[in-house]
Amino acid sequence: MKYIDEFQDPELARRLLDDIHATVTRPWALMEVCGGQTHSIIRHGIDQLLPKELELIHGPGCPVCVTPLEVIDKALEIASRPEVIFCSFGDMLRVPGTGRDLFQVRSEGGDVRVVYSPLDALRIARQNPDRQVVFFGIGFETTAPPNAMTVHQARKLGIANFSMLVSHVRVPPAIEAIMSSPSCRVQGFLAAGHVCSVMGMGEYPGLAERFRVPIVVTGFEPLDILEGVRRAVRQLERGEHTVDNAYARAVRPEGNPAARAMLEDVFEVTDRAWRGIGVIPGSGWRLSSKYRDHDAEHRFQVDGIRTEEPAACRSGEVLQGLLKPHECEAFGTVCTPRTPLGATMVSSEGACAAYYLYRRLDMPAGKTREATPVV
Amino acid sequence: MSDTTAAPTAVPAAALDIEAWTCPAPVRDRPRVVMGHGGGGALSAELVQQIFAPAYGGEVLAQMGDAAVLSLGGARLAFSTDSYVVRPLFFPGGSIGDLAVNGTVNDLAMSGARAAYLSCGFILEEGVELDVVTRVSEALGAAARTAGVQVATGDTKVVEAGHGDGIFINTAGIGLVPPGVDLRPQRVVPGDVVIVSGAIGVHGVAIMSVREGLEFGVEIKSDCAALGGLVDAMLAVTPDLHVLRDPTRGGLAASLNEIAAASGAGVVIRERDVPVPPAVANACAVLGLDPLYIANEGKLVAFVPREHADAVLEAMRAHPLGADSVIIGEAVEEHPGMVVTRTGLGGTRVVDLPLGEQLPRIC
Repeated sequence: MKYIDEFQDPELARRLLDDIHATVTRPWALMEVCGGQTHSIIRHGIDQLLPKELELIHGPGCPVCVTPLEVIDKALEIASRPEVIFCSFGDMLRVPGTGRDLFQVRSEGGDVRVVYSPLDALRIARQNPDRQVVFFGIGFETTAPPNAMTVHQARKLGIANFSMLVSHVRVPPAIEAIMSSPSCRVQGFLAAGHVCSVMGMGEYPGLAERFRVPIVVTGFEPLDILEGVRRAVRQLERGEHTVDNAYARAVRPEGNPAARAMLEDVFEVTDRAWRGIGVIPGSGWRLSSKYRDHDAEHRFQVDGIRTEEPAACRSGEVLQGLLKPHECEAFGTVCTPRTPLGATMVSSEGACAAYYLYRRLDMPAGKTREATPVV
Repeated sequence: MSDTTAAPTAVPAAALDIEAWTCPAPVRDRPRVVMGHGGGGALSAELVQQIFAPAYGGEVLAQMGDAAVLSLGGARLAFSTDSYVVRPLFFPGGSIGDLAVNGTVNDLAMSGARAAYLSCGFILEEGVELDVVTRVSEALGAAARTAGVQVATGDTKVVEAGHGDGIFINTAGIGLVPPGVDLRPQRVVPGDVVIVSGAIGVHGVAIMSVREGLEFGVEIKSDCAALGGLVDAMLAVTPDLHVLRDPTRGGLAASLNEIAAASGAGVVIRERDVPVPPAVANACAVLGLDPLYIANEGKLVAFVPREHADAVLEAMRAHPLGADSVIIGEAVEEHPGMVVTRTGLGGTRVVDLPLGEQLPRIC
């Protein structure tokens, strides 16, 4: 695919790497906010090619990882009901709630379906007027607009048997929480390009100024990431801290006004719990009261479900960049994709999963691999 | 403003105690079968090793190849069975009828045998149109004739409406393994060259495009084909091929991992040499899937002694089903039992056995 190949060109990558090596004079720690960036960094071995002084810290931007246990449990409860067709993006099916996941609900007879768009769920609702169709609306600013539009459509078309279990999260409050922590080591951010393509860049100058960190809007292909790193370390070396757009082919400063208008119509900002992290004020969206009829929590009366998250793993620290996945004692031993302790080992964009899948060659003995059976 | 998903009292961001942040809750054991148990990855292997093999396994089953090689009356027979549950029944480039023949023929071919006879068991769902049964049967017959194999015996069962998916087919096949041919992963040694017979990921993406109603800009046709002739052409160069696999469920990654684990050798592939058609790469990029894990139906991967590699490659390229054959890597002494790819940028990463099925990601 030409369009993607252009952004994986080894020659251009080498030039960017040379420039980064020539620029870096001392240790720096950058956080890539988005799990898609983490995945790309590890999958292409980019971190192996950067100067050793430059540390990439993996941020909390994996929507699957940060969806709270409580919401997963609500999803499991709703999906178990015989009258419900529960629709979700694929990678949510493997995420553990308390004791089980959506795959297990399906194996017990629940009608759980993988869809590729929330509009697919709306179509299913129209085709099954005698069933309740619920869409699992999670994710960052990227997935929120189409989900908002779907609820808007359901309302407009009078599709009363459609509702959404909403657990959307917003990036800027998470950056604020990370930078406010006394143990924070992050000195600069690679902001998630697709988030900014929706929301624009207006939320970032205040953060860059307040915490004196460069924030570079960055894409997901290898050259995008290298260019983002290059611009961030240039700022750091010069003592600058501005917001810079290294993903101009997709991101306009004002974002996507139509998408933002849809968000404002359907959602309202709320406090939100992040799995493994805790409650971050103003970090989420929920359906506004105008759309309460389509709120699955309300419709199925699961808003009373409260779940205590046991302190079984350290992925909260991984999500914060305080710990590399392989530095966790459980990594690769008791915690593997087969036996995950936390969502970061489950999601395809989770930092622990990325390390486990791609980087075990570099791990110390004893953390190399579980005994994988052979067919 | 509080949220119903949040703990009762939200704390100011500045006061968050990051050291205390945790993440929970494993699903370590599953009391029921989940889809991943049929995905050709680690969950499938677990089912075989923990339930099937202890219950009825023996010396022959322990070979765990695509086909079992049996000594019978002085001959070496290859014997294999497979069940086909594809949805939809007809897809670009083939149908469940083609698959039911080619899949089993290919399992036999991977042991070096040319399939001779097949059995065919139909499980039909009440209500399926006889016209559909006819079309599937005709496709099955045509595929058998193309592969040069006879359907020798069959069976039909009907299940109540709602208890099947239209048509399920099971086929079993037998064939003769030529003298001097001994294909198994234990023969792989460092230095062996890894060859694939053409573009990967095509079948899986073709099925996905019709099953999920996804449009990828261009029609992608399944590569479903019988590989007996291609294997014959390779064996004509040398009977000393070390191992062959058709990378179906779990894709190229699963086949390479099985070979690495069973042989004890390490495997290195070069990502840029793996032939991924643009349409497949495009579809995978959109869905967040890795082409290495996507199913194929008309491709093989071969581990060939280095001294024979060029001649075998030439013979493969001379065959219509191997025209795009290419060397993608080699077996190595390092990292025994593991598969590693060199990325296009010069880094490395592990290519693991998939857990179950690949799941399209959220964004």
